[in-house]
Amino acid sequence: MVPITTFHYLVVAAALFVLGVIGVLTRRNVVIVLMSIELILNAVNLNLVAFSRMWGNLHGQVFSIFVTVDAAAEAAVGLGILIAFFRNKETINVDEIDLLKW
Amino acid sequence: MLFLNHIYLIPLLPAFGAAMMFFFGRRLQKATVDAVCVGVVALAFLFACFTIVEYTHFAHGTGQPFQKVAYTWLGTGDGHLTFAKKDWTLAAFNVDAGFLLDPLSCIWLLFVTGVGMLIHIYSTGYMAHEGGYYRFFGYMNLFMFSMLTLILANNYILLFVGWEGVGLCSYLLIGFYFHRHSASTAANKAFIVNRIGDAGFILGALTLVWYLGSFRFTDINALARSGHFAIGDPVLTAAALLLFVGACGKSAQLPLYVWLPDAMEGPTPVSALIHAATMVTAGVYMVARSNAIFVLAPTAMKTVAIVGALTAVFAASIALVQNDIKRVLAYSTVSQLGYMFLALGVGAFAAGVFHVFTHAFFKALLFLGSGSVIHALSGEQNMRNMGDLRKRIPTTYKTMLIATLAIAGIFPFAGFFSKDEILWQTWASEGGAYRILWFVGYGTALMTAFYMFRLMYLTFFSPSRMSHEVEHHVHESPKSMTVPLVILAICSIGAGWLSWPHSLGGSANFENFLEPVFAREALVLEEEGKAAQLAAGEKEAEHTDNTEYALMFLSLAAAAVGWGMARRSYMNARKDYPEPIAVKAPPLYNLLYNRWFVDEGYDYAFTGRRKIGKVRLGVMGAGEAASWFDAKIVDGAVNNVGWVTRAVATLSTWWDKWIIDGVGVNGPAILARMISYPARLFEWGLVQWYALVMVAGLLGFGVYYVWK
Repeated sequence: MVPITTFHYLVVAAALFVLGVIGVLTRRNVVIVLMSIELILNAVNLNLVAFSRMWGNLHGQVFSIFVTVDAAAEAAVGLGILIAFFRNKETINVDEIDLLKW
Repeated sequence: MLFLNHIYLIPLLPAFGAAMMFFFGRRLQKATVDAVCVGVVALAFLFACFTIVEYTHFAHGTGQPFQKVAYTWLGTGDGHLTFAKKDWTLAAFNVDAGFLLDPLSCIWLLFVTGVGMLIHIYSTGYMAHEGGYYRFFGYMNLFMFSMLTLILANNYILLFVGWEGVGLCSYLLIGFYFHRHSASTAANKAFIVNRIGDAGFILGALTLVWYLGSFRFTDINALARSGHFAIGDPVLTAAALLLFVGACGKSAQLPLYVWLPDAMEGPTPVSALIHAATMVTAGVYMVARSNAIFVLAPTAMKTVAIVGALTAVFAASIALVQNDIKRVLAYSTVSQLGYMFLALGVGAFAAGVFHVFTHAFFKALLFLGSGSVIHALSGEQNMRNMGDLRKRIPTTYKTMLIATLAIAGIFPFAGFFSKDEILWQTWASEGGAYRILWFVGYGTALMTAFYMFRLMYLTFFSPSRMSHEVEHHVHESPKSMTVPLVILAICSIGAGWLSWPHSLGGSANFENFLEPVFAREALVLEEEGKAAQLAAGEKEAEHTDNTEYALMFLSLAAAAVGWGMARRSYMNARKDYPEPIAVKAPPLYNLLYNRWFVDEGYDYAFTGRRKIGKVRLGVMGAGEAASWFDAKIVDGAVNNVGWVTRAVATLSTWWDKWIIDGVGVNGPAILARMISYPARLFEWGLVQWYALVMVAGLLGFGVYYVWK
């Protein structure tokens, strides 16, 4: 049995982060993109908590509370933008959100 | 001087007859028409006789011409038209309606009115059963008027008035049976071919007036004989040749003879009067009248002689095989006219005129006789369907025999003297320069005898080939037709005696009478130092008498040989008899029977009716080709000059559109667009792209700091 070190936590967090980035970059559905953004943020949270355990103090955990709050707010605002956009263009395909072109 | 002073009455009497017919003819009885029309011509004849008698008193043998001017026809107020002559001096001339009587016109006057009168009498019998009686006599009188104007005119223009008039009457009379298509076509042909000659005549007359300043014969003769002009003067040669073209048209010489055979479509008296005795001799008259000009143009004389000889032999060859009795006589006329021109061409003017005189009698007799035969056979004209008429229509037979003996040149009939004179002059003229033409003339004489006796044997001697219908109705013609025949026969015998040649002991009265007209040019010829053919004939060197006798004997021999050959072939010609030429040389027969294909040749060359595919042949085809050339090639070239402009414009357009606009104007724009492309990437509007760029930047930072 391999002992679970901090390193393993960081790898998982990195993997989650990469998946999240890939989702942001490649998914067509805007809602999925928002979900991928949440995933990125949660990966960051996991990273912070792992470091908090490593250093033995609560700095990381406190930071992750802040990140979580930020994520929630961001989700709310993002969905609000999405709904406003949907009212305008009747679509949730991210490729079609290109009004702010040159 | 009574008759001479009123000489204008001679043409006016028939004109009066024609006018009467024009206005009142339709309502008149046949007898009245006869009285008026035949009467005026008979009066004209009597008048002419008295006039000639008065003239001989007037002239006292000097041959001085009698002129009477009735009025000035063309000319300005003071009687002159002016124009610039060749040497740039102003010439003033006028054309009068004037009459000239000299020995030459006396001869013509005599036989034209005489033969005309006899033919008018004949026509009363011949045309008795035809419709349009008054119209016929009206046209005949109009013809007499025109011919007499022609003969008595004192200048070329009045002569031309008569010239055109006889052409018109020829057209009217050939097309007398105008309901027949062949007749109206033949009339057109006659008029049109004549017209070609007329163009030559007008050009010739105008050349003379331009060069010499006057149209009047007396003025022109005086100028020409003054010695002012050199022999062979080019302008006079041109004028003479042009006048001869006119004569060719009117007198049916070689290129322009084609109308005469077709003119047989007209009634027989028309053929006799117009196309044998009078109208066709107008060309000979005109050339004889212009002898002063011709003598100064030896080239023209040679041309006249050669054309005359060729025409003579050409027409005789065609006459050898024709089956229509009138066609044979028509070609015979063309041939004899050739003899007349041959005589004029070698300088024997008096001999030519003498032949005209005798020919008028026997040719008119032949035509009237053939008319009598046709009348007897109820309209049959083809000799293949005649025969054995000798005992049935004896008067016609006897008179036609006399005429045939005359035309063949048998002594002592009329034709012997005139034809022999022509042949002798051809042999001896200008030291034998024209000898080759003598051979041509000799061959023609042989052929003439052959075809004339062929005509006699086929018509009168051989066993009957007539159909039974026709044979039943054979009858001799009425007195009105036979009496003129008899009178003409007497003339055919006796006319030749008027010029009994010196070599046979006579005094050549006829030629003496004409001497003043032609004498001057005889002097010119002598002055040339040429060995002697003088038209007057009386100064001719008698040292060649032996040759003359030999030639006389040879021409008699030719006539006898021709007679004998005809007798052998045609004396016993039964139904479907073979033609000897057809038996011996079929291709030659075919060629002669089809008249050397001259009419077909003219059709191909000039009428423009023949095409090969779509291409028209002949002169009209050349015109069409020229028109095509002009429209397609010349205009095409003109149009294609615009091609260059169009090409330049196209090039310019392309340059402007692609180079100036494309490269010059749009180029920088495209360049700007290309260059700005990366810059535009920043604002695509695609959210995920932005996210990618952010990730790429993040990675970049990461890599940088890790590698650092």
